Amino acid sequence: MTVALFLEQILNGLQLGVMLFLMAAGLTLIFGVMGLINLAHGSLFMVGGFVCAAVAAWTGSFWIGLVASLAAAAALGALVEIVVIRRLYDRDHLDQVLATFALVLMFSEGVRFVFGSFPLYLDPPAFLSGPVMLPGGLPYPAYRLAIIIAGLAVAAGLGLLISKTRLGMQIRAGEADREMIAALGVDIRFLYTVVFALGAALAGFAGALIGAIQSVQVGMGEPVLILAFVVIVIGGIGSIRGALVAALIVGLVDTMGRFLLPTLLAHVMEASAARGVGSALASMLIYLLMAVVLVFKPKGLFPANA
Amino acid sequence: MRELVTEHRLNIVLALVLLGGPLIAHFADEPFLVTLATRATILALAGVGLNIALGLGGLVSFGHAAFFGLGGYAVGILASHHQNYEPLMTAPFLINGTNQMLVLWLVAIVVSGLAALVIGALSLRTSGVYFIMITLAFAQMIYYFAISWPAYGGEDGLSIYVRNAFPGLNTLRPLDFFLLCYAVLIVVLFAQWKMTGARFGIALQAVRQNEGRVAALGLSPYKIRLAAFVISGMVTGLAGALYADLNRFVSPSMMSWHLSGEIMVFIILGGVARLFGPVVGACLFVLFEHAFGSVTEHWQFFLGAALLAVVLFARGGFIGLVAGRVRHD
Repeated sequence: MTVALFLEQILNGLQLGVMLFLMAAGLTLIFGVMGLINLAHGSLFMVGGFVCAAVAAWTGSFWIGLVASLAAAAALGALVEIVVIRRLYDRDHLDQVLATFALVLMFSEGVRFVFGSFPLYLDPPAFLSGPVMLPGGLPYPAYRLAIIIAGLAVAAGLGLLISKTRLGMQIRAGEADREMIAALGVDIRFLYTVVFALGAALAGFAGALIGAIQSVQVGMGEPVLILAFVVIVIGGIGSIRGALVAALIVGLVDTMGRFLLPTLLAHVMEASAARGVGSALASMLIYLLMAVVLVFKPKGLFPANA
Repeated sequence: MRELVTEHRLNIVLALVLLGGPLIAHFADEPFLVTLATRATILALAGVGLNIALGLGGLVSFGHAAFFGLGGYAVGILASHHQNYEPLMTAPFLINGTNQMLVLWLVAIVVSGLAALVIGALSLRTSGVYFIMITLAFAQMIYYFAISWPAYGGEDGLSIYVRNAFPGLNTLRPLDFFLLCYAVLIVVLFAQWKMTGARFGIALQAVRQNEGRVAALGLSPYKIRLAAFVISGMVTGLAGALYADLNRFVSPSMMSWHLSGEIMVFIILGGVARLFGPVVGACLFVLFEHAFGSVTEHWQFFLGAALLAVVLFARGGFIGLVAGRVRHD
């Protein structure tokens, strides 16, 4: 029983970690290549969730919704890059933070205007809606397992894209020296738009997948965005590999902390107090982890361009 | 030099407008407008705090709502113990709650200063984007702690039934409370003005402009930044204490990252590193919220659009527009 529960929590932690990776990968790519801090990344996550839920409700197919959310997030990302973000590359980080904060306000209110204040609900596809039996006789929601697999597949695909393809070569070159690859004849403006749209698509994909677990509502991207920041700080800004490792660490630490701390504390204090203190401490755990990493490795676990 | 004189005159005009408006509203029997001005004054104070770190020190902190909220909770917790006649702690010595603002402010300043010391000591090991993300993350940590800690209301927040007391004033009257907040703001602005010209202020601005040269002069940039960050957190914490008494309510939403963003917005609307920048910005923000908020519930969309326009096209903010730009550094 306890072993099964433990295993279930580990899988939940992996699932959170994989989601965080999808967010953090886009953020860290955008920062690595364009030097931009993008608070509106959480809004793209939210847009992905809303588009998937709306299209799935309209067509009756989760898969069409998923494809639509990818397309919508990528298109919106490209549009935002061309209209606004492009003007921010040469600005300081304060301007970038404020402009993308403005975008967050506009996207949140815009989505509220279109879809209303009530949350939408999204059902996972029928064949993934039941539990699967894991080895050891543990039932686990098939959909969550599918998220883990899909996320790891995307991580592998992203790794291949960056290490093996021409686009990936340009992205890596862009991280190393922007002026130089522009001088070599790469259309840098187009490359930036593509990278931003790629990051947006990853965020939208994550939002659509998560939409079938939680309710789809305005502001759903913000907690994920801030967790993704923690992931990037721990992993090292600009490093995809760092983002993957840190995302899995953060996902596991957060989930296991919430699961184990109240139980552990119950040994030293009475049950209700242990629940309160345990959940309060558990909510701080990943930030404490971040503080520890900062003390020993201020540039993160896998510093890029070091 | 001429520009500086203009800004100086502009500041005096702004200070008088912020004082005169609520006085007129009071005698026109519009207590709501007095309260609105009080809100702007307190938010301005929070912005003044952030401006010390951000404007003078170049430290883009995205976590100042944490200090604002800690100041508020310091007041809320002590006041709740006072109104329930329960001591805050009995061992090893007795500490009672209180309703005296002077004591509450002191506690709020100390608590937010200590938090700023710890957060600053860790965050200032990094710079740039790391610093922005880390201050945001630590603020979020305190936010989640406030939500999940059940003793003081958790997510529901904490009510202060009667506004706390200040000797010689009836703080329940809107005008009295406004004047008190206004006086605090002016005192802090005066102190900041003095500090900017003093040794520490000059060193702080030098660190922003050229860290290496300051280090070569034998000063420690890290210590100067940390001191500025702590002072900045204390001022924002004091603003949080006043805000708690304004609403007679504290809740985790005082620490939300939206509020951190809004405090930053005050500064950019008014003008970065300008003494009265956050004051103008907070007033514009409150007026904007009041004007658009009564027309449409989607006023934040227009706030975002306005903010975007200011960032992209009108750098320097209101004071930059009126008094001209400061010499570029």
